[in-house]
Amino acid sequence: MSTTEVDRQWTTRLRRRATAKLPPEKLLPDTQPSYVASWIYVFGVTTLAALIVVIATGCLLAIRGPQWWHGSYIGHFVNSMHLWSVEIFFFAMVIHLWGKYFMAAWRGGRSLTWVTGGVTFLVSILTAFTGYVSQTNFDAQWISTQAKDGINATGGGAYFNVLNLGQMLMWHIVLLPIAAVVLTALHVLLVRVKGVVPPFADTSDAS
Amino acid sequence: MSKKAFRPDVDAPEWRGGYTPYDIIKEGTIALLVVAILTIALAVVFGSPDVKAVTLKRWANAAPVDFAATALSELNGTSTSASYGAPYNKNSTGQQLGPLQLAKWVGVRIPIDAATAFVLDPLRSLPNQSTLSGDLTQWKTASNGTRQQWITSYTKAATKMKFQAGQVVVNANNAGPVPVFINDLTQMARSGALDQDLVTSNGFYTTDYTLPLLFIADGSYLENLATAQHLTGSQWGMMNETGSYPGQAWLWLYTFWYQVPPFNQSGNGDVLVWGLMMVLTAGLILMPFIPGLRSIPRKTRVYRLIWREHYKE
Repeated sequence: MSTTEVDRQWTTRLRRRATAKLPPEKLLPDTQPSYVASWIYVFGVTTLAALIVVIATGCLLAIRGPQWWHGSYIGHFVNSMHLWSVEIFFFAMVIHLWGKYFMAAWRGGRSLTWVTGGVTFLVSILTAFTGYVSQTNFDAQWISTQAKDGINATGGGAYFNVLNLGQMLMWHIVLLPIAAVVLTALHVLLVRVKGVVPPFADTSDAS
Repeated sequence: MSKKAFRPDVDAPEWRGGYTPYDIIKEGTIALLVVAILTIALAVVFGSPDVKAVTLKRWANAAPVDFAATALSELNGTSTSASYGAPYNKNSTGQQLGPLQLAKWVGVRIPIDAATAFVLDPLRSLPNQSTLSGDLTQWKTASNGTRQQWITSYTKAATKMKFQAGQVVVNANNAGPVPVFINDLTQMARSGALDQDLVTSNGFYTTDYTLPLLFIADGSYLENLATAQHLTGSQWGMMNETGSYPGQAWLWLYTFWYQVPPFNQSGNGDVLVWGLMMVLTAGLILMPFIPGLRSIPRKTRVYRLIWREHYKE
């Protein structure tokens, strides 16, 4: 095989583009700009850590099925961990979002990073919501029968039926988690490609 | 060629300062451990709520008059589900967002005839009920006018509905088979057979609870339980969950609009709230591109608190 032929391969092209955009030292940096020195930066990685715990506890619940946790002490405990990891996830995510807003973190060609973060937040809300209506208990009954009116009023209820447990559970454990994980991965990669937004120049805040 | 002007809310200054050591893997590992430990601690201390689901059986035994009255409302077309409109039926135009009739335009995609789905079909599934079979035949062969006359007579008398000696009692004249329908459906629900019938009406395997949930939500029993748990719309509704748990606190803004005019007074409240939230959500996601909004961070100067070490230098 000639060198030219190798150069033209899709695989070769993709690898070269990927490593040019995101060389290993950018993907896994060992230094950071000195302005990255604030407690607010902790909440991004906390959100990621909580997402891992959410997925892990969700997988544990999936092993024995959606109703296991009602009749098992261990199952109930795993459900409690799933619930509290979700609460931590949203707590950290909301602070991360506000922090990034006040940093105007979209500056310097980082608009797409902001947009992917915002869409991830929305997808996360939808994922949590479908979880709440898939609990197969009183909360699921009440939340779903209340929520249906809002969704039906938009016309969306015709296709996204919150009273259909099977549909909601599939969205909760397959479609939305895939979307959330892919978006999160994209968001993190964009952060690594573009780097953390620098502070405003001292002169710009007065303008 | 002139150099493009620096826009402080869009462009970022190039960093020419120093760098400090940063162990991203160590930071991630510590964060994961801390979150895992915190999660376990919260789960041990607080657990999670799990109030049992309401069944039609429980409802019909605990509040038989409410159940029977709801069954009547399904038959006479006055229940929420019977008069809902899209996506269940065409009995209402539904909510409107200005001139937009979104639900109506999408149409009936989950067709539900309340009288048939909640009353007549379940009664037809009961075996060996000679009186009931005769009454169902009488209903089937009667004209619409006659059926309406029976229902009207029964509905008028049902304001004094009682439940005595295990039977629904309504002193109605000229109500045809309606008294038998309502009483037999109540008995069916009290036995648990209606729960099963409504979920298996489309086959043995099912995961769709649309019918029983709509029926239960049409009555007062579920709402009374929710009120006792502080879960109703005026109590910040669906963002809460049973017990003293944070629930979906992230839905606070969505739920907030339901507490204030005009949303809590309008017949189009749901679609108005959704419309507003869609605009706000688009604003959040597209923030980098909206002049004015994207300047707020620079003008409020909160960033000086975040980067206070940097500005000290």
